[in-house]
Amino acid sequence: MTARVAKWPGVELSAADLLEGKVTQTRFRPDAKYAWSAGEAISRFLEELQAGRLIARTCHRCERILFPPRMFCEECFRPTDAWTYIRDTGTIETYSVSYLDTDAKRISEPILVGVVSLDGASPKMGMMHYFGEMTKDEIRIGMRVRAVWRPAEERKGSVLDIRYFRPLREGER
Amino acid sequence: MRVGIIGVGLTAFRPSTPEYSWKELMFEAASRAYADAGVDPRADVGSFVTCAEDYYEGFGIFDEFVPDQLGAALRPTCTVSGDGLQGLANAFMQIQTGLIEVAVVEAHSKISDVLTPIGIIEHGLDPIWNKPLGFHPYVVAGLEAAAYLRATHTPTKALDAVVSKTRRNALRNPIAAYGAAVDMDHVAASEARFEPLRSLDISGPADGAVVLVLASDRAARRLHANPVWIRGVGWASDSPSLETRDWAGATYARLAAGMAYRLAKVRRPSSEIDVAEVDDRFSYKELQHLEALGLAKSGEAGKAALRGAYAADGRLPVNISGGSLGCGNVFEATGLHRAAEVALQLRGDAGSRQIDGAKVGVAQAWRFVPSATGAVAVLGAGP
Amino acid sequence: MRKVGVIGAGMTIFRRRLQETGKEMCFEATRMALDSAGLSIGDVDMVVNGTAPDAFDGVHMKGEYLLDGCGGYRKPYTRVFTGGGTGVFSTIAGWWHVASGLADVVLVVNEEKMSSCQPHPQSVFAHIWDPILDRPLKPNLVWIFAMEMNRYMTVYGIKKEDIARVAVKNKRNAVGHPCAQLADANITVDDVLKSEVMAWPVQRLDISPPSDGASAVVLASDDFIRRRRIKDRAWISGVGWCIDSTMWTDRDLVFPEYVARAAKMAYGMAKVRDPRREIDFAEPYDPFDYKELHHLEGLLLAKKGEAPTLTREGVTQRDGDLPVCPSGGLMGVGNPIAATMGMKIGELFWQLTGQAGKRQIPHEVRTGVSQAWGDLMQYGCVVVMRA
Repeated sequence: MTARVAKWPGVELSAADLLEGKVTQTRFRPDAKYAWSAGEAISRFLEELQAGRLIARTCHRCERILFPPRMFCEECFRPTDAWTYIRDTGTIETYSVSYLDTDAKRISEPILVGVVSLDGASPKMGMMHYFGEMTKDEIRIGMRVRAVWRPAEERKGSVLDIRYFRPLREGER
Repeated sequence: MRVGIIGVGLTAFRPSTPEYSWKELMFEAASRAYADAGVDPRADVGSFVTCAEDYYEGFGIFDEFVPDQLGAALRPTCTVSGDGLQGLANAFMQIQTGLIEVAVVEAHSKISDVLTPIGIIEHGLDPIWNKPLGFHPYVVAGLEAAAYLRATHTPTKALDAVVSKTRRNALRNPIAAYGAAVDMDHVAASEARFEPLRSLDISGPADGAVVLVLASDRAARRLHANPVWIRGVGWASDSPSLETRDWAGATYARLAAGMAYRLAKVRRPSSEIDVAEVDDRFSYKELQHLEALGLAKSGEAGKAALRGAYAADGRLPVNISGGSLGCGNVFEATGLHRAAEVALQLRGDAGSRQIDGAKVGVAQAWRFVPSATGAVAVLGAGP
Repeated sequence: MRKVGVIGAGMTIFRRRLQETGKEMCFEATRMALDSAGLSIGDVDMVVNGTAPDAFDGVHMKGEYLLDGCGGYRKPYTRVFTGGGTGVFSTIAGWWHVASGLADVVLVVNEEKMSSCQPHPQSVFAHIWDPILDRPLKPNLVWIFAMEMNRYMTVYGIKKEDIARVAVKNKRNAVGHPCAQLADANITVDDVLKSEVMAWPVQRLDISPPSDGASAVVLASDDFIRRRRIKDRAWISGVGWCIDSTMWTDRDLVFPEYVARAAKMAYGMAKVRDPRREIDFAEPYDPFDYKELHHLEGLLLAKKGEAPTLTREGVTQRDGDLPVCPSGGLMGVGNPIAATMGMKIGELFWQLTGQAGKRQIPHEVRTGVSQAWGDLMQYGCVVVMRA
């Protein structure tokens, strides 16, 4: 079939065709606004962030410490059992050095971003966040890091209450 | 191969549920359904189907946020972008292939998370023909109501009877959000909204989740379940464009019912169906859908409603659950809620709403404004 | 379980922008698929639509919007959506419509019109993240690929040039594809390694950019195929699908376990015991070059960490022992998300029926596998097809 078809459908347009008005367009901006209920687990998580702490939930059946916290264990399919604080230190599991912002616009000063698994939670359990006080040449998988918190009066109950994770200094644990 | 519903789980429907995330709401309905069926989702279930639309949820890909709260992590799982009854139909087909023995269908509404629900519904209109006109999307329902009432010579008073009956039915349903002792006069006197529709002709929004567990007859026996059989499913779409669709007759419902009845070998629905749950998110839809389903002749549903034929003690009990007018508009969960209600009625588990001796029931839903799509399921009591 | 065959396929060209509306693209792909099967819309019992985020096309419930273009008018019509997985998943849904006995002929139509979204389709991807845990960080979609790629490279000690070879192979393979947006007969590994760094380790030529396009396939029961004496058909002998946990920051990203589970399900159904010996060619999902490698391992066609070696040794070239993405894949043909069905299911059909023209694998192939991947690095779906 692909060998037998002479003309494949589709008319290509260039950016100029749009800018110069060669084709007709209609515009619409949807009125789409949301405010998600955070729920039991994440509400407590956000309150604790505001207090400068990280909290997890434990499942007594699989004996995992689940972070970010949730009210049910997806492995055992049962309600989780108890709250437990974990530490704000951890290990870089992976990272990227991004020259793109959220809308794919180019930026000159790269963003260091990645996943940190946190000490005190079960292995590999962590969160995505930024990294700071390190260069793109120093960052590496396996690096030990600690959260840098915003001052208490600036915290709002958001993952942004942590500004970024910085390298663990010598002698720090 | 026969396919049955072996587990039913519902949360309460509420205008808002700020205490729960959508995940926790789904978890509650799923836990109830698994307990009802006596299954462990991690060991006994072969497939999970969720019914959701991104803009109702506020996500780019809602499918991502489905598995954990259903027990579906690392399991075959998918999203059907449709009403819960379309999800039910897909799970039914999965089991019919023989590849899957037990399947779970989930649908929910967390519409209280949406600050601009009308803006979202408006975004479903055709971007070139309709959006530039800037009308409220419920105008589509007003246009259809006018076309239906005119074509069938149905008096507006019949809508008053539908609303009064259904809101009262909801008083007997502990999950209903909008149960009330509404009289026909209240409906007639309610504020005009989208001529001929008035404020009480329109269902109010609700949050809620529904989960059903489906199984092949063999799996149902193995699990010692007491199934309600899915005798037939059907779904269909009329033209998506407002300019070329059938306004009066709900063609999508007629086609979907035709398919479901064919599979279920129902030849005379008006005499073979004992209980019906039909989409009534606008009051006229109950009457229009009853006619499209062959449960009333064209133009007769309104008269029958005025005679009380669709009340709990009438000839054909319709929307005993309280429907959407009484329970709330739960968007894509609408059809699954109705299938759950019919299953409970056929099992004899409908509490103070129980209809005596119901053996065959039909559940029907529409995909709401601005669609012309709907689905139907015919359920039958065991063995 | 009824036997189901693919009997026709069609697709539009893939480009950054097409003049056609989404409905029109669907119509063109559908008409081509029906023509190639020698059927008319009256022969079609049911329609399945696959299309990814509504925000690309800019219509809520876009399955409803597209339905007349897909031939769904007054028919049973359903849209399925599993993120990027939709490119293969919609065919699985079409399969169960026929295999269940409810339909004899099903059309599967996939579409994406990403150019409608302004200022950039990337803005849509901001909404695929968890609104509370991820979105405050203003993530870009490329980040997740970069993080997964980095972990894959670091754990197995894979070099970037070994990954770049995939981009080169696929863009060269696409030279024979009439719909290709990104074919390049002269591209080298060096070009990829010197392209702009977007989010390290991802560079511009590691990525397939957004595009507009549609594709369609026709599925039919073996009864129908026999009755209508249809010669060009390839049988769907295995299907599998699987989703991993939403909590992606809790998972090790080195190995796509969800792909492996979907593959085992499909192989089990197709009675494929030793995939590396029994699968003749593969169309794994390759929106990024490293994903082809990652997915070859998930499909159990390469041992963990060894897919780059197969690529370096030429095993995955069109004339190699295991041709991979002979279509040119997403890297070479383009990436209108769900419409990539044209290179995944469409290419398997064309190769297995000897209709792939310049792209035809030079030796005989009897069994192929295609796979797609989606959601937050968590969805795998797999189809095994036989001549």
